[in-house]
Amino acid sequence: MRLHTSLKVAAAVAATALLASACSSGGSGDGDGSASPSTRTTPTDPAQKIDLTYWTWAPGMDEVVKAWNTAHPNIHVTVNKQDGGDPAVTKLLTAIKAGSGAPDIMQAEYQKIPTLVAADALADITGDVSADLESEFSEGAWQSVTLGSDTVYAVPQDSGPMEFYYRADVFEKYGLKVPTTWDEYAQVAAQLHQKDPKAYLGTFSANDAGWFTGLAQQAGASWWGIDGDAWSVDIDSAATQKVASYWGKLVQQGVIDNKPMYTPAWNKALNDGTQVGWVSAIWAPGVLEGNAASTKGKWKMAKLPQWNAGDDVTGNWGGSATAVTTQSKNPQYAAEFVEWLNTSPEAAKLLVTEGGLYPAALESQKTALSDPPAFFSNQPDFYTLASQISSTVAPFTYGPNVNVAYSSYNDEFGKATKAKTEQAFTDAVSAMQTTTLDDLKQSGYNVKE
Amino acid sequence: MTTSTTTAAPGTPAPPAGRPRPADAARPRRRRRRAGSAAPYAFLAPAIALFALFLALPIGYAVYLSFRRVKVSGLGLGKNARTEVWAGLENYRTALSDPDFVASVLRVLVYGVILVPTMLGLALLFALLLDARRVRAKSFSRVSIFLPYAVPAVISSLLWGFLYLPSVSPITYVTEKLGWGSPDVLDSGWVMFAIANIALWGGVGFNMVVIYTALKAIPTDLYEAARLDGASERQIAWRIKVPIVLPSLILTFIFSMIATLQVFAEPITLKPLTNTIASTWSPLMTVYRDAFVRNDIYSAAALSVVIALATLVLSFGFLRLVQRRAFSQEK
Repeated sequence: MRLHTSLKVAAAVAATALLASACSSGGSGDGDGSASPSTRTTPTDPAQKIDLTYWTWAPGMDEVVKAWNTAHPNIHVTVNKQDGGDPAVTKLLTAIKAGSGAPDIMQAEYQKIPTLVAADALADITGDVSADLESEFSEGAWQSVTLGSDTVYAVPQDSGPMEFYYRADVFEKYGLKVPTTWDEYAQVAAQLHQKDPKAYLGTFSANDAGWFTGLAQQAGASWWGIDGDAWSVDIDSAATQKVASYWGKLVQQGVIDNKPMYTPAWNKALNDGTQVGWVSAIWAPGVLEGNAASTKGKWKMAKLPQWNAGDDVTGNWGGSATAVTTQSKNPQYAAEFVEWLNTSPEAAKLLVTEGGLYPAALESQKTALSDPPAFFSNQPDFYTLASQISSTVAPFTYGPNVNVAYSSYNDEFGKATKAKTEQAFTDAVSAMQTTTLDDLKQSGYNVKE
Repeated sequence: MTTSTTTAAPGTPAPPAGRPRPADAARPRRRRRRAGSAAPYAFLAPAIALFALFLALPIGYAVYLSFRRVKVSGLGLGKNARTEVWAGLENYRTALSDPDFVASVLRVLVYGVILVPTMLGLALLFALLLDARRVRAKSFSRVSIFLPYAVPAVISSLLWGFLYLPSVSPITYVTEKLGWGSPDVLDSGWVMFAIANIALWGGVGFNMVVIYTALKAIPTDLYEAARLDGASERQIAWRIKVPIVLPSLILTFIFSMIATLQVFAEPITLKPLTNTIASTWSPLMTVYRDAFVRNDIYSAAALSVVIALATLVLSFGFLRLVQRRAFSQEK
């Protein structure tokens, strides 16, 4: 009995570790680990039928794929719904390691692409997509899928340019001015909190690394870089420090909340009007509609406040690309689908209406989006403004260990928001730098310091 | 009832009126030997196969992984840029020298010191109360104390999370009306108690049932004798019942200790609600982070082995410590 208990324990903990490598089933299971050499020929022979599997978590993707399948009877795509960005990547990496089980096509968030490329999970589709594909996307989006090289690893699908959302009714009530610079944002935050001690203009969330990354991106930071054949890590840069110290000061003064986003408490604050503003991205209407439906028509969207008056630059929070995996037996057909999905007008229209995505393709942004989202019907120029903002996204390079940097963000800024001092915020940035750099070095990457 | 107790708790004392076992057992053994020596192995085979497949093999593989690591070359992009290499004890060295991991172990020890005695104390108290002679609504009380155990830890953590968050909590609503302010147990030094409370709520019922079952197995003539000698109910509880159910207490203690070392569901469910719980709050959370957030299954395997060994040492150490006292009747 005693032995039995201990073994049970050992088995339980061992199983936890093993899950990482054991849960690879559940994919298509047809990959043999080697991709056939790509020859770009559209199957015209009606007898030839290609089956492709597609891992995605975007809502409404079934409808988009149905349109493809109707138009392309020879290339059948099957959607396999995933839980979300993180679990899908874990599953894919496991399948790649196991040598089988990966899908042909994979949705991947921009910040995960270097990790997936480093694991040799994404196929090089440079020769399988149109040569002028680059011109369809903004420079920032294209850089994310090529990692700044000439190799195409994925095609951008949607993007998340950041904006400032605010409660127009509360602003009017207290006579507040919509901030155009971060200095003004700090003033408005202080004024609001003074007028209503329960209300905050925003919160600094230690749970949302992507949010902080977007803000650092706006300030001019690029946390990773490729220099020859070596990576560099530049998290602890003047730009990131500026952002951290700015928010640290606001939290220290108590004019900005320090609680995480996406909690029941935060939802309630959105509903009862004590979260008066939200620094968020283009997909915010969907979140607000879901979490605070009663506030419909009370919100407005504006450009993100700028560091210098007259600047016009923003960061990116969220968004993903579509890639072909190295286990696909038909990478050329998979690439054809991926290109259609993210550039064709018909797919763009469906992505917007069925999935609520903000397409990354510049042409689609103009044609597929006209009326504002229902939740923002009070702001008729919503998408005109959004399209303007989306062309001002600053370039940013993600590295092969974004996961390490992000989990370090959660822990270090968790401590900092608890400490509520500006010093703790800037220290957190330095700690992130150390953790991320050490991880790269320890794994054996060429690193330039 | 008696049989189930003896199988669940090896330490439960044999019924005082023991049957003449040796003679009973000797006869069939002689017969079995004649039937052929392969039979026992045939009976054991399914268990051994399952054990090997689902226990020994995974453990072995985890131990193997813990000595490996990925070596990246150059930029780490493209084919053949990463290879799995032998790492020796490196993963163990990194794990044991990681201040976050050491802190999480200490944190969990403190957590256990708070939780386990409280939980077992309450479980014993409830079991004794239910076993007392004049109790009303006995089965209702038993079920309602046991019921929280049937609620999955993730669900109960979510429910308690709502109760802990000041702006949505009915408890805070009441304390504010009473003028006591709005305590935020998730955002302060109280978070350990907040988590312990969830485990306590879910765990008392199970432990109470184990102890209560052992109490029910005590022959009533012991109580009669005690009463004839003039013992009060309290004395009977303290001098007779508690010493007799001691093996069950030890069993529940070991179960609770192991559950404490493996605390995971409660803190990871509460984590998104607060800045106070880091991703390395408990040792198993660190394993989870390494395996599923950082994709470093090698470090996760090493940590798992360390946790398993620590659990083994603690469980065996504790048993050795109490063995002579608790199980002396058996020898």
